[in-house]
Amino acid sequence: MANVAKRQFDAVIVGAGGAGMRAALQLSEAGLKTAVLSKVFPTRSHTVAAQGGISASLGNVQEDKWEWHMYDTVKGSDWLGDQDAIEFMCKTAPEAVIELEHFGMPFDRVESGRIYQRPFGGHTANFGEKPVQRACAAADRTGHALLHTLYQRNVRANTQFFVEWMALDLIRDADGDVVGVTALEMETGEVYVLHAKAVLFATGGAGRIYAASTNAFINTGDGLGMCARAGIPLEDMEFWQFHPTGVAGAGVLITEGVRGEGGILLNGNGERFMERYAPTLKDLAPRDFVSRCMALEVLEGRGAGKNKDHVLLKLDHLGPEVINHRLPSIREIAIKFAGVDPIKEPIPVIPTTHYQMGGIPTNYLGEVMVPKGDNPEVRVNGFYAAGECACASVHGANRLGTNSLLDLVVFGKSAGDSMIDFIKRERPVHKPLPENAADYSLSRIARLENQTGGEEVNDVRSAMQKTIQLRAGVFRNSENMALGVKEIAEVAERAKRTQIKDKSKVWNTARIEALELDNLIEAAVATMIAADARKESRGAHSHDDFQKRDDDNWMKHSLFFNHDRHLDYKPVHTKPLTVDYIPPKERTF
Amino acid sequence: MTYTQADKNRLRWRSRRGLLELDLVFELFLEHDFDQLTPAELDVYQDLLMLPDIDLLELVDGKTDTTDDRLVPILTRLRHWQVAKKQ
Repeated sequence: MANVAKRQFDAVIVGAGGAGMRAALQLSEAGLKTAVLSKVFPTRSHTVAAQGGISASLGNVQEDKWEWHMYDTVKGSDWLGDQDAIEFMCKTAPEAVIELEHFGMPFDRVESGRIYQRPFGGHTANFGEKPVQRACAAADRTGHALLHTLYQRNVRANTQFFVEWMALDLIRDADGDVVGVTALEMETGEVYVLHAKAVLFATGGAGRIYAASTNAFINTGDGLGMCARAGIPLEDMEFWQFHPTGVAGAGVLITEGVRGEGGILLNGNGERFMERYAPTLKDLAPRDFVSRCMALEVLEGRGAGKNKDHVLLKLDHLGPEVINHRLPSIREIAIKFAGVDPIKEPIPVIPTTHYQMGGIPTNYLGEVMVPKGDNPEVRVNGFYAAGECACASVHGANRLGTNSLLDLVVFGKSAGDSMIDFIKRERPVHKPLPENAADYSLSRIARLENQTGGEEVNDVRSAMQKTIQLRAGVFRNSENMALGVKEIAEVAERAKRTQIKDKSKVWNTARIEALELDNLIEAAVATMIAADARKESRGAHSHDDFQKRDDDNWMKHSLFFNHDRHLDYKPVHTKPLTVDYIPPKERTF
Repeated sequence: MTYTQADKNRLRWRSRRGLLELDLVFELFLEHDFDQLTPAELDVYQDLLMLPDIDLLELVDGKTDTTDDRLVPILTRLRHWQVAKKQ
C-alpha cells in the first residue's frame, strides 16, 4: 500500500446528517476516537431540508400512546415494515425527543411550556380512529435546528470532523468483516485509508436518480454505491416515496404540515377530490395514497393549468395570519418557485420523488445484516448503517411524515450504542487491514483519469434520471418497467466509460461528480430491477397490472445483489419485541 | 486574495448546499455569473457561502435583508436566477 496514507480511529462514520451526528455523539461521549466524514459542512447536510417535524407520542396536545404510533407506522408501511424495529422506534420516540430538548433544541411550545404538537398525515389516535397531533417541530426549520443542536454537542464531545472528504469504498477483509473505508480529501485530491474498529454509513438517500426530486444535489446514494460494490445487498429499493406536494415544474417541497394546518387539494374543476378517495382522513391520508389520487386526477383529465398536468393546494381560506405565522417559508417558496401568493391563489403541485424507503439492510440495532447460507440475516462484523441510507425496516413500503427525523435520532443512537458494545466486547483492537486495501479505489480513479473516447458525466446522469423518472415513477406497469430494465442496463454500461477533461488533483469537482455517478447508477439499477420484479401493489410501489397487495406471495423484502444483478428475498419480521403482531388488513382511510 | 483555478473550484463545490432550493439558484449562478467575478467579488462570495443554508435561503429569497453592503451585488445576481424566471 505504498503512497496511500493511513489513519486509525475507533469508529468511522460516513455522513454528517442527523443519523451520523447522533451516532457520533454517542461514540465520542463514550470516549471513543470517532471520525465523521462529510462531503459538505455538517450543518449543510440534507437533514436541514426537513421542515415538518419529528413524531413522538408525548400526548402534550391530545391523548396519545406509542402503540397507536406503532399501528400507524405498520399500516403506513403497508405491512412491509419490520414490527420489531417499528415497536423499538415508536416506543423510544418520546425519550428521543425529550433528549433533544435537553440538548437545547428549540421546539415550539404550548402555553404550559410543553412541546407543541401538530397534526400530520397518517398519524391517528386509537388505531386509526381519528387524526392526532403528534409532530413536534421547531417552526418550519426542525431539520436545521436538529443539525445545529447535534453539531454543537459533537464539537463539545471532541468528535473529529473530516469536512469535504468523500468516502470511496468500503474495506472488507477475507472474512467479509468491515475494517475501514477509503476516502478522498478534496482539498488535496489524495486518497486515504481510514482504519476503524467499526464503520457506520449514514450517507442519506439517492433521490437524485430521479429527474423530478425534492432532494439536494448531494443526495447521490454514496453509501448504497459503496455497499453494492462491496457485495452488500440493497433492500427494498423499489420503494420510493413521492411527496404529494412538490411545486409543479421545480421539485421544491411544500411540507405536509400545510395540510395539517388546514390546506386542501383541489382538482382542475375546483373539487376537493380527496373527500372521494379518503372520506375520513381526506387530505391527511398517507403520502403514497394522496400521491396516487393526485396522479389519477391528472390522468383522468381533471388536472389544473393549461396542460392539466398538476393539481392545486389551496391555503387562502386559512387567512394571512395563519399562513404568515405557522407557515412562513411556504409562502416564500410558492411565490419564488410557482409565482403565486398562497394568501390569494392556490399553489400548483405534483407528486415528486422525496424519500428512499429501501437501502442497506439493518436490524433495529443498526447492525448490517446479509444472507449467508440458509440464514437470511447474518451480521456483517464491524458494519452499521442508519438513517435514509439504511433499511431497518421501519418505513416498509411507505414512510409516514415526521418518522424520518425520528428514524435518524433513534437509530443513530442505537447504532452508536451497538458500535460501542461491539468495540468493547468483540473488537478491542483493530483487525488488520487487507493487503492493498486502497487498490480498488485507486483503480477506479485511474480508470477515470485514463479514459479516452468516453461519455460525459452529465449526459449519462441525465439519461439515468430520465429513465428512472419515466419507468419507475408513481405509476408502474409491466411493459414500462421491462423497458426500464433494458434501458437502465444500457445507461449503466455507459457509466463505466465516463470521462473527465479536468485531470487536476485539487478540488476537482468534475472527478467528484463522476465518482458520485458511480454510486447513483448502482441505486438506479437496483431500483429498476427490484420494481420490475415485484408483481403486486404495496405502499409506494403501485403496479397497474397487479393492483392489489399480495401478502401470500409478496409480503417479503427484496435484496438486490450488484455482482450479477440478481434478487433474493427475505421474510418481513412479524414478531414485535413485546406487543402482539399487527396482522395485515386492507389500507383504507 | 488572488484566486487560482483550484480556489475557484473550491468555491464551486461549496456552492453545493443541503437545500434543493439553493442548489437550483446556485447552479444557474455558477453557469452564468461565477467566472466573471472579480477577486474582490470572490472574497464576498466566499463569505456568503459560510452562512447556514436557512439564513442563506432567506437572503436569496429576499425574505431578509443584509446589513452588510458588500453582499448586496452578489445577492442581486443570485436573486436574478430564481427558478420561476428560468421557466
